[in-house]
Amino acid sequence: MQTAIELKNVNVHYGDKPALNDASISIPYHTFTGVIGMNGAGKSTLFKVIMGLVKPDSGSVLICGDHPKTAQKHGHVAYVPQTELVDWDFPVSVFDVVMMGRIGTQNIFKTPTAVDREAVDNALAQVKMAEFKARQIGELSGGQKKRVFVARALAQGADILLLDEPFAGLDAVSEKSLIELLVALKDQGKTVILATHDLMSLPDTCDRVALIKHTVIAYGPLKEVFTEEKVSQTFDGLLQHIKFN
Amino acid sequence: MDPISFIVEPLQYSFMLKAVIVSSVVGAACAILSCFLILKGWSLLGDAISHAVLPGVVLAYLLGIPFGLGAFVFAMLAVVLIGLIKDTTKIKEDAVMGIVFTTFFALGLMLISKIVSSVDLTHVLFGEVLGISNESAWLTSLILTLAAAVILLFRRTFLVFCFDTTHAQSVGLPIPFIHYAFLVLLAVIITGSIQTVGIILVIAMLITPGSTAFLLTKHFPSMLQIAVVVSVFSSLAGAYASYYYDISTGGTIVFLQGLIFLTVFGYQSLYKKSTPSVPAPVK
Repeated sequence: MQTAIELKNVNVHYGDKPALNDASISIPYHTFTGVIGMNGAGKSTLFKVIMGLVKPDSGSVLICGDHPKTAQKHGHVAYVPQTELVDWDFPVSVFDVVMMGRIGTQNIFKTPTAVDREAVDNALAQVKMAEFKARQIGELSGGQKKRVFVARALAQGADILLLDEPFAGLDAVSEKSLIELLVALKDQGKTVILATHDLMSLPDTCDRVALIKHTVIAYGPLKEVFTEEKVSQTFDGLLQHIKFN
Repeated sequence: MDPISFIVEPLQYSFMLKAVIVSSVVGAACAILSCFLILKGWSLLGDAISHAVLPGVVLAYLLGIPFGLGAFVFAMLAVVLIGLIKDTTKIKEDAVMGIVFTTFFALGLMLISKIVSSVDLTHVLFGEVLGISNESAWLTSLILTLAAAVILLFRRTFLVFCFDTTHAQSVGLPIPFIHYAFLVLLAVIITGSIQTVGIILVIAMLITPGSTAFLLTKHFPSMLQIAVVVSVFSSLAGAYASYYYDISTGGTIVFLQGLIFLTVFGYQSLYKKSTPSVPAPVK
């Protein structure tokens, strides 16, 4: 079966600094993957490679069987940014932000069509944010803010959702509700990938885990990969209070 | 004098008619750009470019070519140089901008002190819309109208560019091209506005109207409208102030814009405890 994401021997350097060294990973469709590693371990670089924003120095990348640039044109990959990287004072409404998901397929002036509006309304309904569509994005709770960006990914029609530290700053209730949403999306056929440096926030609903430390140390089902030895290697042995299965 | 003749009478003089038209176009174009510029966080870059055009203006005067052309060339030189130094050294962007624009401006001052009379210096630095020639009035209006139209036609793309570059790039928008297109528009609008408000104050036209509008609304289309109204009103007031009282056009425009900003700020601080933002209950 074709895989959603296929990286083979990918190398990325920023100047002299290696960010990813001989990284290979093959993520199947219809899975929920947790990517974990310390800050600066290369998680963001991995995401950028998948999004086609960073071109590897060597190695091959296939996204839904396509070259990353082709995958961009098809809108295969959507990105949910970290909360702290978004300007929440920006004068746009929830509807406006979700409409930005359509921008890759719109005409040169990005004029919204009836099809676009319907896609946005459907996406908002799916994440249960329809009633907030006229709100300015800063007037939302932490969990709602995340849902808006998940809706943007759905409006985009993406098959692969990348979420960067999605649980940072969320309370337990919002976190649980966001995880439920992500699991539901996986069940509908999406490939969900979230990155976190916080082991405690890795949902036990992830069916797969990737351990990152300047390469992919291990990738596979939670039970096989999430072992004390491998995780300890990823986090330089700085582990406390973690229960392993 | 009744208010109507106060406004209409000066327009029978072609120099005043030109000044009114040019000021309005400058006000509107700067206001539209300002909404994007402040949201992108590029105000300082606008300041840098506007100062960096001075040697271009003086050299154009020397060579007898339209001074807008010289200004535009130096604006783009400054943009490219700032980008180059920032990308290839560890110096932070604000420091790079400071070095580049002061060096360019200083070069302009050296040139100007040797070859241009002090009257011309005052005009370039502080603007003089009443003395604008037919040719530059039409050229300025045409170029600024075109630049503003391009920004408005592509406003959705520029808004996504300001809000979330990563997303825009991940769905295949040509971000480097949009980035440079925005810089070119910035350079064009700065160049076109210098005649009216001058090199020193043009940056205010590119920051204040958008900021005032941003205080008043959370809705981008309203922000554009408010910024244009505030800016065109101030620009017209500037032209009339020059006509009736012989006060600096640029000075009046920028002072009024600042006054409107401070009034809005003062009103909001006194009467509304900033903007109420009550998070919605978690569902």
